[in-house]
Amino acid sequence: MGVDVAIKGLTKSFGKQLIWNDVTLTLPAGEISVMLGPSGTGKSVLLKSLIGLIKPEKGSVVIEGVDICSCSEKDLYEIRKLFGVLFQDGAMFGSMNLYDNVAFPLREHTKKSESEIRRIVMEKMDLVGLIGAEMKLPGEISGGMRKRAGLARALVLDPEILLIDEPDSGLDPVRTSFINQLFVDLNAQIDATFLIVTHDIHSVRVVPDQIGLLYHKHLAMYGPREMLLSSDEPVVRQFLNAQTVGPIGMSEEKDADQLAAEKDMALPPLPPIPLQLEPSNGVPRKSQRPPGEWCRQNGVTPPPNSFRADSVLSTSGASGA
Amino acid sequence: MASFTATKVLAPVGTAGKLFAFALDVCRGLFRRPFQLREFIQQAWFIASVTIVPTALVAIPFGAVIALQVGGLIAQFGAQSFTGSASVLAVVREAGPIATALLVAGAGGSAIAADLGARKIREELDAMMVLGIDPIQRLVVPRVLACMLVSVFLNGLVSVVGVIGGYVFNVILQHGTPGAYLASFTALAQMSDVWQGLIKALIFGLIAAIVASYKGMNAGGGPKGVGDAVNESVVITFLLLFIVNFVMTAIYFQIVPSKTG
Repeated sequence: MGVDVAIKGLTKSFGKQLIWNDVTLTLPAGEISVMLGPSGTGKSVLLKSLIGLIKPEKGSVVIEGVDICSCSEKDLYEIRKLFGVLFQDGAMFGSMNLYDNVAFPLREHTKKSESEIRRIVMEKMDLVGLIGAEMKLPGEISGGMRKRAGLARALVLDPEILLIDEPDSGLDPVRTSFINQLFVDLNAQIDATFLIVTHDIHSVRVVPDQIGLLYHKHLAMYGPREMLLSSDEPVVRQFLNAQTVGPIGMSEEKDADQLAAEKDMALPPLPPIPLQLEPSNGVPRKSQRPPGEWCRQNGVTPPPNSFRADSVLSTSGASGA
Repeated sequence: MASFTATKVLAPVGTAGKLFAFALDVCRGLFRRPFQLREFIQQAWFIASVTIVPTALVAIPFGAVIALQVGGLIAQFGAQSFTGSASVLAVVREAGPIATALLVAGAGGSAIAADLGARKIREELDAMMVLGIDPIQRLVVPRVLACMLVSVFLNGLVSVVGVIGGYVFNVILQHGTPGAYLASFTALAQMSDVWQGLIKALIFGLIAAIVASYKGMNAGGGPKGVGDAVNESVVITFLLLFIVNFVMTAIYFQIVPSKTG
């Protein structure tokens, strides 16, 4: 279960405006990857390119030997059955209640009986905590509930690849933690390849196996979680620690004056790397690696107090400081 | 600069091409199984429910106005006995399809464009494509067929109501004789007039639905984009319908010779 997604030399622009250039990375099968970046760097565009909703000018996205960017419409609709996608606002069908929304892919693509559909739908609704709201219309519920319903719909066909666009926008911190735990549990359960696009650094620090950072029209860095969290690269460091000091300004890039003024400012020390979230049943995920393994293998000294059981809770304070 | 002007000038050509390509996609989708019967019935019911009453209300004054105009003109020639046939011809041949087209485009088409546009900006269409379902086959084809079906029935409604309206005005207000109104029916009108009215209605329904769907599915830029899409779809449909109506009428007169009294 779970398949590789190989992205090579992807380039996209809208008219004259370049979105990103030459993005190359491979989402490893069965692992959780997170894509980060300041607002407006085309994270959602990247996500949409992966499912063929947006055609990039150059490059390829290969899944199971099929190139999404150049394959026929028919192949595209076939390959999309491997995907589960959660859109920013949930993208629920406004004319159907939540139950019908979640049942929709099953009714369209399978010949399951109505009772079997009911069982699957209720199971997924339970998973995202929406039991009791099945008969509501998407217009009648909050944004957070819509998002969770969208997740339930993305899950009903047991996808091999799950793409998630900003799961935490519009959710309160408690629900965000729950949904993060849900992703980890899901990954342990179905071994799908996950790609999460987000701004929430707390989630980024504890959930993924791999982190990528889009910045200034290119992929600044992509690699194992520990590599980015211990990185001294200014952009990565600034973003992952939510600091104002660094190359990212309010409008895309800082100008030379600002950078010069900041030159002598000491960067605050890197906060400790927290432990990764574990599945709630305690059984490690297949793609999970022991804490500190990457740092040891690559001879990098992690920041002090890293990988301690109590650091999971303290990171929210540390990253905000 | 030269390329800039070229893009500006060629932009409408591109749009027309895209619209045509979209129409071809829809035609291909017509034959693809499974057919969305439920969606088709729902849409047909919906379009009928928003158009029937306005159509009937438009048809009565339409028939009356033709009766008044033609009646006045014909009286000057002293051929009152032909008022009936003249108004029947005008209503069945022209007013029926045109009134149908205006209402299908104005009430049905705008509803389709708004519906699909709202789905587009809420990413519902994207979500549908991602779930492996072609929105053209799932949403557009049933709407196009529903629009065509309803247009044909509305055309019948306009013809009947228009003829009755003309009769009432001719007989009561213009003091024509009922016998002459009815007898002159068969003098000039022929069965092929009804057929061409039906075919026109069918094609107008097709055009209205395709333009509305195209505009709706290509709406962009938030709620304002949906408003613009609806507006453009109605204007473009009207333009196209009047041009197509002219062409079809011209062809009809070439193929079917007019009946001589």
